[in-house]
Amino acid sequence: MVGVSGAAAPARPVEIDFAGVEKRFPTPEGVVHAVAKTDIQVRQQEFVVLLGPSGCGKTTILRMIAGLLQPSSGTIAVAGRDLWQGSRRDSQALAELGIVFQDANLFPWYSIERNVAMPLELRGVSHRERMERARALCDLVGIKGFEKRWPRELSGGMRQRAAIARALSYDPEILLMDEPFGALDAMTRDTMNLEIQRLWMIQKSTIVFVTHSIAEAVFLADRIILLSPRPGRIRSVTEVTFPRPRDMVVQTQPEFQDIVRHLRGELEDME
Amino acid sequence: MNFLRRRRAWITTPLLLAIFIYFWDLYCRLSGIHPFIVPRPGAVLDQYLTMVQTRALWEHSWITVFETSVGFFFACVIGIGGGAILGKVRWLEEAMRPFVIATQVIPKIALVSLFILWFGFGPEPKILVSTVLAFFPILTNTLLGVKSVDLGHKDVMKSLNATRWQTWRMLELPSAMPAIIAGLEVGVVLAYIGAIVGEFAGGTKGLGYLTLEYQNGFNAPGLFGVLIQLTVIGFALYLLILGLRRSLIPWHESVLVERPAVPA
Repeated sequence: MVGVSGAAAPARPVEIDFAGVEKRFPTPEGVVHAVAKTDIQVRQQEFVVLLGPSGCGKTTILRMIAGLLQPSSGTIAVAGRDLWQGSRRDSQALAELGIVFQDANLFPWYSIERNVAMPLELRGVSHRERMERARALCDLVGIKGFEKRWPRELSGGMRQRAAIARALSYDPEILLMDEPFGALDAMTRDTMNLEIQRLWMIQKSTIVFVTHSIAEAVFLADRIILLSPRPGRIRSVTEVTFPRPRDMVVQTQPEFQDIVRHLRGELEDME
Repeated sequence: MNFLRRRRAWITTPLLLAIFIYFWDLYCRLSGIHPFIVPRPGAVLDQYLTMVQTRALWEHSWITVFETSVGFFFACVIGIGGGAILGKVRWLEEAMRPFVIATQVIPKIALVSLFILWFGFGPEPKILVSTVLAFFPILTNTLLGVKSVDLGHKDVMKSLNATRWQTWRMLELPSAMPAIIAGLEVGVVLAYIGAIVGEFAGGTKGLGYLTLEYQNGFNAPGLFGVLIQLTVIGFALYLLILGLRRSLIPWHESVLVERPAVPA
């Protein structure tokens, strides 16, 4: 299991093609230009991090890839299929997308296992098969033994693990993560970053990860797309080539510090 | 000790009741108030125990329970069904709002006369009053519940491409359930009041009628006896909704029992 390195990624086919996409929101105060015309290509099994200050449109971009927002112009293709057919979304493209939000967004009226298996329930998978899959997933994300609990009985980190299990339940090729660990304390966050790297290497998923933490971005990413605000646009792209799996010690390396310093400088220029 | 702490109410409730009855009795003895006005607790208990053995009390009770139940049932159908529809269809809610409010600003008790005029002295007007009184809190609570679904939860369903029916069944309905049950708790009491008030206004059956009869006969112990019976039935209705709460929303903060904490 050594090193899916960033350098190998360009050989793989494009999984997400975000071409000439623009987003404007109508508001009572006038139209807000959230995202300027932007091109992003994410390759299979790549780990891309969208980094930027608030208002830079990183969440808007992620929500457009997720099919939760329709772009004002441009096209988005997921796993080779156009995401939008007019105002309808392509269900096969959606089936390749798993999403983890900043809040776990588990349904409090379902047990952890039912939450994890909920996407399968929507797809009409039999109860038996669903529960088997839920148990395996709980084991995979490290919440074995809590399958029967209510979500509110779990800590924030464990709820987020369950949310990840739910997103993985139907084996999507792509995992979209919107500041998934933003609400967690620093230590839990480090643990979760190691976990998400482990899961990514096992599942061979493609990940697009939104954060405003520079250290988190450098630790996780193959490629960091830095965005600047008003309107949101790409400021720079940084390749990160530390071998995988990375551990927390990588953060003490001078090269790591250099990338962090460079990105911090760019972020400060935006102010 | 732990058991005692959890079941503290099992001791405090009878104790407070005993203190209340003691002071009641003390008042009757010391003030020399006429037993026609305030009978002594012992007399009331005797009277109640006698009444409990008569068929009449249970027949009247059954009528009241029947009217309350049917009235409450219709209130649930109108309240939950109407609230759900109005909560989902905005223009309909806006169109209907003045009419829903109109049904509330009329002193509904005044409608009793009209209902009696229409339906006579049988159980129908009582059921109707019961429904009219009870449906409003159920409707407004259902409406509120259906409309306040968490946006993050909606995103989850949308990203999973759930159908409208799936979203209703798995998200909107369970999410609204605590609010609906809060509406039922208020509604069941109002349904009960509606039935009693309806019986006051006309007819020859039900505990409301029995109250009037004892009042006209200056039978204070009998009146108190009916009050006890009314309280017992009220408690039973309340327990019913409590059971509903426990079985329908076992996940909710209002129900969830403490379990050992889960480590981070």
